[in-house]
Formats: sequence, C-alpha cells, structure tokens
Amino acid sequence: MSTNTITTQKVNFKVFRFNADEDYLPYYENYTMDITSEEVVLDVLNRIKWDHDGSFSYRRSCRHGICGACAIKVNGRSTLACKESMTTMIEYFGNEITLEPLSTKRAIKDMIIDKGDFWDKHAAVTPYLVADIDECPSCENLVSPHDAEELDEADLCIQCGACHYACPVVDINHDFFGPAAFVAAYRFESDVRDSDGERLINVNEEKQGVWDCVKCFECAEVCPKDINPINKITKLHQMAFQRGVAKNNVATRHAVGFLHSIKKYGVLDEGGLVLYSEGAHIVKHIPVALQMFRKGKIVMPWNIVKSDKLDEIQKLIKSSSTVKF
Amino acid sequence: MKKLKYALFTGCTAKQSTPEQMMSTMAVARKLNIEMIELTEASCCGASHLQDYDDFLSLVLNARNIAYAEKHGLTMVTICNTCQLNTAMTKHRLDKNPELKARVNEKLAEVGLEYKGTSNVIHFLYAIIDDFGLDKIKEMVVKPLSQFNIAPFYGCHNIRPSELHDESHKQKENPYKPTSLDDLIIACGGKNVDYEEKTKCCGFHVELQAPHTAAVLTGTAIAGATDNNADMMVTPCPLCHLKLDTQTKSASEAIGREVSLPVLHMQQMVGLALGCTPAELGLKHHVTDVNFI
Repeated sequence: MSTNTITTQKVNFKVFRFNADEDYLPYYENYTMDITSEEVVLDVLNRIKWDHDGSFSYRRSCRHGICGACAIKVNGRSTLACKESMTTMIEYFGNEITLEPLSTKRAIKDMIIDKGDFWDKHAAVTPYLVADIDECPSCENLVSPHDAEELDEADLCIQCGACHYACPVVDINHDFFGPAAFVAAYRFESDVRDSDGERLINVNEEKQGVWDCVKCFECAEVCPKDINPINKITKLHQMAFQRGVAKNNVATRHAVGFLHSIKKYGVLDEGGLVLYSEGAHIVKHIPVALQMFRKGKIVMPWNIVKSDKLDEIQKLIKSSSTVKF
Repeated sequence: MKKLKYALFTGCTAKQSTPEQMMSTMAVARKLNIEMIELTEASCCGASHLQDYDDFLSLVLNARNIAYAEKHGLTMVTICNTCQLNTAMTKHRLDKNPELKARVNEKLAEVGLEYKGTSNVIHFLYAIIDDFGLDKIKEMVVKPLSQFNIAPFYGCHNIRPSELHDESHKQKENPYKPTSLDDLIIACGGKNVDYEEKTKCCGFHVELQAPHTAAVLTGTAIAGATDNNADMMVTPCPLCHLKLDTQTKSASEAIGREVSLPVLHMQQMVGLALGCTPAELGLKHHVTDVNFI
C-alpha cells in the first residue's frame, strides 16, 4: 500500500475527435476533470468514454505496458497511455493537456489510427529468426547469457509505434523503415542463431535504411520500454562495417571521411569531408559554397589549424581502430 | 563572485564554417569576465558519424579530449550541441562502465594520458545559466533586444536524450518544453517566440545522404518561426546555424515557400545585449543578412 497522500488537481483536456465515416475534418472537444496523482493517461481515456461520451474510441488491452495498443500523443509527445502517470504529464506540460492519436493524419476514429505503414515496415525487415534449426531437437538450442546480452534489450519492443510516429523522417521519406523496424532488425541481427544474410544489407540501403536517420533522438526520448532505438540504429551502422557489407556510397563515405580528416588534421576538414563523401556530385554544393566563401566561411585545406599533439591522435587511431573500410 | 574559468572545446565548425561563433564566444566571455583555456590539443568529436563507423575509436578520441580538460582541473565547456552530445555521452559511458573505462585508458596510456572522470562537460548555454546566472546577465544588459520577437531553436543534441543531459546541468530541462534559451532571450530583453518546431530537428546530419529530408526539416523550422511573428531565430548549435543560415534556398524549394530569417548564435544574441559591436560578434559572416543591426 502506498503511504503517499493522494492529491487532486483540475486539468483541462483538449481531445482530438474524428470519425472517418462521418466527418470531413477533425475537431477538438474540451473536458475538465479532477485528476488524482495516482491516475495514468489511460484512466483519463476511460473516464472520457465512461463519464462523458460513450462514442469516444481508443485502443486498449493489457493495461500493463505489454500489448502496445494504447500509445497516443500527449501534448505532441508519444506516450504509452497505460504506463504514463498524469502527474508526470502535468509536470511536463502543466494543466492544459492535449490528447491526440499517434498520427493525426492516419486517424480512423478519435485515438485509433491506421498503423498499416508501421506493420508494412516491420514486416519488411524480416522480423523473425532465420536459422537452420532442427525442428525436433534432442535438446534445447541454448543461447549463453553472454550472447543474449548482445540483444541489448531490443527484444523488449512491444511495437506500440511511439517511436515510429515520433520520428520526423517517417512522414517526409515514406520509404524510411523507422526506428521500431530498425529495433526489430537489430534484435535478430544480434541473435547468434540467426543466419539471414540479407536483413543487414536491406536496412543499410539508402533512402529506406539507417543512413537516413537524422540523429534527433526523438525515438530514445519517447520509448516506453527504454530500448533506446537510436542506439540500435547506430549498432546497425557499425555492424555493416564490421561484417564487411557496408556499400561504398555517400552515406558510408560520410562516416569514414571523419576518420580520414582526423588522421590528417586532428580536426575536421569540412570541405574535404564533403568532397570525399560526394565525389563528382560535389558540384551541386558549389552555389552554397560560393556564398559561404564570400562570407569567410570556407577555410582552405592549407589554412586548417591542426590539433596540437597531432602525433598522439595518429598514434591512437593506429592502436584503437577496430574496423576497416 | 569568483572568476569563472573553463576549458573550452571549440569543436571544428567554430574554426572553419562558423568563425562568427568563435568570435562571439570569446567576446561574450570577455564581457562576463570568464576565462577560457582553449583545448588546442583536442580532436574532432566525430560528430556522431565516426561513431557509426568505429565506436571504440570515437570513445578513445573523446576521452582524450576530456583528459586534457581534466589536466587543467577545469570543467569542459562546449559550444556545439553535437560536440556536447558526443563528449558527454563518452563521459557517461566511461563513468558507468569501469571495464570500458579501463580498456580506453589502456589506449590513452600509450600517449601518457588518463581519463579519470573528474571534469564535467557542459554546453556554454548551461554554463551561463548554471554558473553565471541569468539575473546577473539581466543586470549587465546595456542594449536590450526589446524590439524583437526572437524564436529559440534549441537543437536536438542539447535536449535529447534528456537523461544524459540531466547529468551535466544543475537545472533539469524538459525536452518537450525547454526553457533555457527562452529564459536567456528574456534576460537579454527580447520577446521569446513559442512555436512547435523549436525543439525539432534541423536535418543537418543527413544533409549529404538525404538532402530532401534535411531541406524539409530546415524549411519547416524557419516557416514555424516566421508564422509566429519571429523577427529572428537564435540557436546554441553551430550546425543548426549552418542549416538555418546557409541552406534557405534548398529549404524554400523543399517546402514550396520562400523562407528566410536572420539567425543568431546564442553568443551573438547575448553579445548584442551586452553592448558588443557587430564586428566583434562576426555578424558579417552570416549568409542570411542580419539586417536589423
């Protein structure tokens, strides 16, 4: 039993309403409720339905942070409704709370969205174990605790979609698999029993793959299971180099180019990095480069101020490098 | 108050594509009587791209940078959000994992260095707020920016992942409703503009491999500030600055609407309010003219 005192405060809710069968446009309904410090966001959804409007629709099932059905957005932040305490939300956003589906443009009815793109992308990364395992083995296919650690909790993903619809790339580049699909890909790529050779190449392809991640950390911030999806994205980049399947393209050269610069100058040679990454395509950057040059924003390679004790840096690169491209 | 003294990790852009950022950092430090010991031995932080290629090497190089700050016995101050992320992330991982720290130190020992974990790593924005104090800045303002609506653009790597950043700041920053930059604008006498994109991504890190995504993000950010009556934007990150200041043409094309706003580095805004001259702050180095001075 909790010994904490239960407190109550008045909260104004602005709730997204839309019925694709009847409405041309969505609208917002306002509700004012007394919220106790013990309530989670899902309690609020229930109270709207039970006390205010029986037609209000949302997905819910387990109420234990396992099924992943009840993810919505609270003041623009992806949230698993059954796990997120209202106290935290009030701390974050004050007493004016907006409840919206994970993606308003995918809304079917109120909080319920069409998650089709999420599932299509999930399916596209071969989210299952590809292994030549005896179906009737005489003993278990054991994975050692050490090998299991490699999964880095990627297997905890509940496919709630919180990260997918928090990712700014998903709605700009429709080919982009998105953070949840990458977590699924990583979960099986890091499994010692898996022998799929295509998945890692697939998720490293340009446009759809990890290289189009903008590194904004929105996914890490919202994941209700603390899986840190961008960390898995980073590991998928690294795996491609470690396993020798990284293609030679602008994205991979952009990563490797940093090493070349640091080796030579200690610091970055900005122009050199663009040239190394883009090759002949550097011409498309010339108009902006000229503008920058006129404003004193371009330093010629011979004028780059190298790091002091560059020999130390070079020595460390030699002794600490773990991959080759 | 005791004179503040920091080990300054300038990062690469301050010495190349954003010289105005270096100039304004030093100008503001002089005004605030803050001593900056520049870490001239430091290497590039890897900008989270070297990290995609060789994680261990990036840890070693960043630990080396921090080790130099430790040698001075000073807190390391960064002036770039991405430098802050990668350096603070290195510190976090080494401090939490003795085995990894030992492996990194084995390498550093080859050049006679050791990472101890004794220096904090903090962005200049938070050094000003935590150590110097906004009230004191306010008292020192001689040319308040009271005529301007200023849109803060926080930059991802100063606010997310919040767990990491909470380790280096005294005051917690809400990643969905951050206040540091807004408070700084108000301290400088300006009016802070609230808009949805202020905590969003500028697209800098995919400029080369996904130019359309990058351009849409930049364009949307400038449009958001414009639609909320901003006269200018301000950012603590030189990488965001590069996108917002130099890439307005591709950004406008990507969103099908002409967008362009003057963008100040956080240091330039403080500098202006404290009475620094435009020349001291390097305002002539902007591609989008700072036309209100």
